[in-house]
Amino acid sequence: MTFSTHITDVPDEQVAITCEDVTISYGAFEAVKSVFLEVPRGKVTAFIGPSGCGKSTVLRCFNRMNDLIPSFSLKGRIIYEGQDLYAKAVDPVEVRRRIGMVFQRPNPFPKSIYENIAFGARINGYTGDMDELVERSLRRAAVWDECKDKLQESGYSLSGGQQQRLCIARTIATQPDVILMDEPCSALDPISTLKVEETMHELKKDFTIVIVTHNMQQAVRVSDMTAFYNAVAVEGGTGKVGYLVEFDETANIFNNPRQQATQEYVSGRFG
Amino acid sequence: MPSPSADLFFRPGLLRNRGNQLLTIISCLCAVIVLIPLFCVIAYVLIKGIAVIRPQMFFELPPAPGMEGGGIANAFLGTIIVTALSCLFSIPVGIGGGIYLAEYGAGNRFSDFIRFGTNVLAGVPSIIAGVFIYGLVVATRLLFGNSYSAVAGGLALAVLMLPTIIKTTDEGLKLVPQELRWGSLGVGASKFVTTMKVVLPSAVAPIATGIVLAIARSAGETAPLIFTALFSPFWPEGIFKPIATMSVLVFNFAIMPYEAQITLAWAASFVLVFMILGMNLVARWISGLAKR
Amino acid sequence: MASSGSEGLYTLRHRPPSDKLVDQSFRFLVTALAALVAIILFAIFLVVTLDAREAIAKFGLGFLVNSTWNPSTENFGAFTAIYGTLLTSALALLLAIPLGVGTAIFLTENFIPSRYRTIIGNLVELLAAIPSVVLGLWAIFVLEPVLRPLLQLIHRLLGWIPFFSTMPTGPGVMPAVLILVIMVLPIITAISRDSLNQVPPDLRQAAYGVGATRWTSIFKVLLPAAISGIIGGVMLALGRALGETMAVTMIIGNSNNFTLSWFAPGNTISALLANQFGEADGLQVHALMYAALVLMIITFIVNVLAQWIVKRLSLKYS
Repeated sequence: MTFSTHITDVPDEQVAITCEDVTISYGAFEAVKSVFLEVPRGKVTAFIGPSGCGKSTVLRCFNRMNDLIPSFSLKGRIIYEGQDLYAKAVDPVEVRRRIGMVFQRPNPFPKSIYENIAFGARINGYTGDMDELVERSLRRAAVWDECKDKLQESGYSLSGGQQQRLCIARTIATQPDVILMDEPCSALDPISTLKVEETMHELKKDFTIVIVTHNMQQAVRVSDMTAFYNAVAVEGGTGKVGYLVEFDETANIFNNPRQQATQEYVSGRFG
Repeated sequence: MPSPSADLFFRPGLLRNRGNQLLTIISCLCAVIVLIPLFCVIAYVLIKGIAVIRPQMFFELPPAPGMEGGGIANAFLGTIIVTALSCLFSIPVGIGGGIYLAEYGAGNRFSDFIRFGTNVLAGVPSIIAGVFIYGLVVATRLLFGNSYSAVAGGLALAVLMLPTIIKTTDEGLKLVPQELRWGSLGVGASKFVTTMKVVLPSAVAPIATGIVLAIARSAGETAPLIFTALFSPFWPEGIFKPIATMSVLVFNFAIMPYEAQITLAWAASFVLVFMILGMNLVARWISGLAKR
Repeated sequence: MASSGSEGLYTLRHRPPSDKLVDQSFRFLVTALAALVAIILFAIFLVVTLDAREAIAKFGLGFLVNSTWNPSTENFGAFTAIYGTLLTSALALLLAIPLGVGTAIFLTENFIPSRYRTIIGNLVELLAAIPSVVLGLWAIFVLEPVLRPLLQLIHRLLGWIPFFSTMPTGPGVMPAVLILVIMVLPIITAISRDSLNQVPPDLRQAAYGVGATRWTSIFKVLLPAAISGIIGGVMLALGRALGETMAVTMIIGNSNNFTLSWFAPGNTISALLANQFGEADGLQVHALMYAALVLMIITFIVNVLAQWIVKRLSLKYS
């Protein structure tokens, strides 16, 4: 099998996160193999591909969320700010203060809406005006109008879409450098999805965003760059291993892909 | 000859229908037999208790053998003191151990071993807890030269409460959705902050329910106390001295040939059952709160 | 860094060492607290074994089969108590298992509306909350006197059987067994009910679908599917019965003379401990510790077996 991975030619200061030959395993089982990738700074990068191709797995390595899985191991290097994130001395908590994450299902804390925002900011030692930060974050996540009259009510009093935007607000309140989004709209209805996408357009002015999505239209709508992952059966073994097929500007991936597999996937012939 | 569909009619005389009915009746009988002692015990304790209980009993000491009247004030106070001491020892350890199992020990050998140990400890007979504390602190006078004491009683009860509290904490924390932990870690919180500020508050209701039930259980325990806290006919003299408790009072007085003592045993039983049923209701109420 | 203007407001982008220290110490603390369980368990074995040492050296394994318990001659054997412990628990379970499982079936079938079933279920659980010392008091003043005529009748009719060979006159093994039944019933009932409730409804529908009657499906489908939970509950009840002290002590009669009769006073290990520990000294304490060690080993084996059975059987049906 071939790993013809195209690395886009961008200058280094334009790169937020670099993957160098990253292979991720759970126990003896390899989930993703030999990923080379440079996530550009200040843009929206989408990860697409069929289920089981490891796109979420790679994303969750960017802020070391996979550390929570006991059998997890990683070979290769993930470089952020010139530092290998998986070097021994690196503290995953510090990584997560700079690289925030929005999860597949909305997961507000069982606290008030206000506290949901303030919690992360306080942890990051925010010294500014908290009320102002809460309002600004909620406004930028486009959920202020729904929340402004009930800041002291539980985060669970919101609808699913509003909860997800609350989670986005919670993440931007900590002012991270990069925001990772793991299928942020998969649990939402179309109207909420649209609102979250609008929020993303707003956010890419200030943040580097990496989003995993199984919805190709969404990738087209929100992203500048797209990485297509695929899964192949392991030779002589059971299960599948994921790999990065192609990484390019979104327009190229969807209109003019280099790889056969990409062509088939984006034209809906499989997956 | 009936029409073909008549073959579908229920025939009560059929062997299998007779058998079914018989078994149904037997199972109803089982339920009735199980409920009878329950009603008898509770009804008898309540009736007997209400008949003998007087408000002064909560302010008076038990009488000397052969004398009339008296109360259970010292034992009432003692039960509260010993139970409070046992909470003091077991709750921090139990919650801490439960946090380890649920949050830090995922899948490792040591936590499997501790879980197994918790189950074994839960199966240790209550009298053994008493024997253990007797051998550890009473006989050796480990606690500043004191032998029988309220603290020793509290320790023995704590040994019994510990596995319950660990288990409820462990199970309560496991009910907290994983996404909540991710959310907190995702904004850069440390594991300590995540556990204390996000996970533990979400599991307060099941943990509190378990703890209240454990307290209710230990308040009625007698076996671990008879040779640790011992008994005392006087007011509590401090936590390093022998102390009266209601459960030991019932045991000691039940076999005395004096009417006054037996009356007090019934009164103490009434108060104990009342307290314990009350705590069970509180536990139900807490877990009901959580469901809303 | 994406340098936005407010970046300077976040003073804790880098964790201060104290933050890491707290995180590490907390981890260490809870690990230590968890380890305390193992330490306590180990300490229990150690304390009891060390205190039993002298008696073990003096009586050896003969302690288990010697039925004399004589403090004045310092000749101690725990056979009567061990026999009593095993006998009362076995008889209690024999009576409680059918009653408990029968009640559990009653509570999971739709014989009566579910509202009443929930109430009955809760009542049975309340029975478990009554302190054993209160049950003992009740046994002395209510159960035993009420039951005595019935036991006497059995003695008159079946007195030729060694188990019923003595005239019941007060405290004895049989009342102790009955109070044990009352104590373990809630455990067996509650756990069996939960196990039966967890059997997927499809299984029952499948049985009904092939024309099984209610009770055929209960015996052939529901009970086998729930068996691991039920056995787990029974083992738990056995552990409880073996170690139960107060109610038994108050009603069993505390006699160390061995007899086959169930109507005569007897003893159990925990009753022996409860009665004699307070006033014992010298070798008697060590003999009591030896008896405690025996009780601990028995309950330990039962509990480990229970955990093992539940694990094995639940794997089979998962």
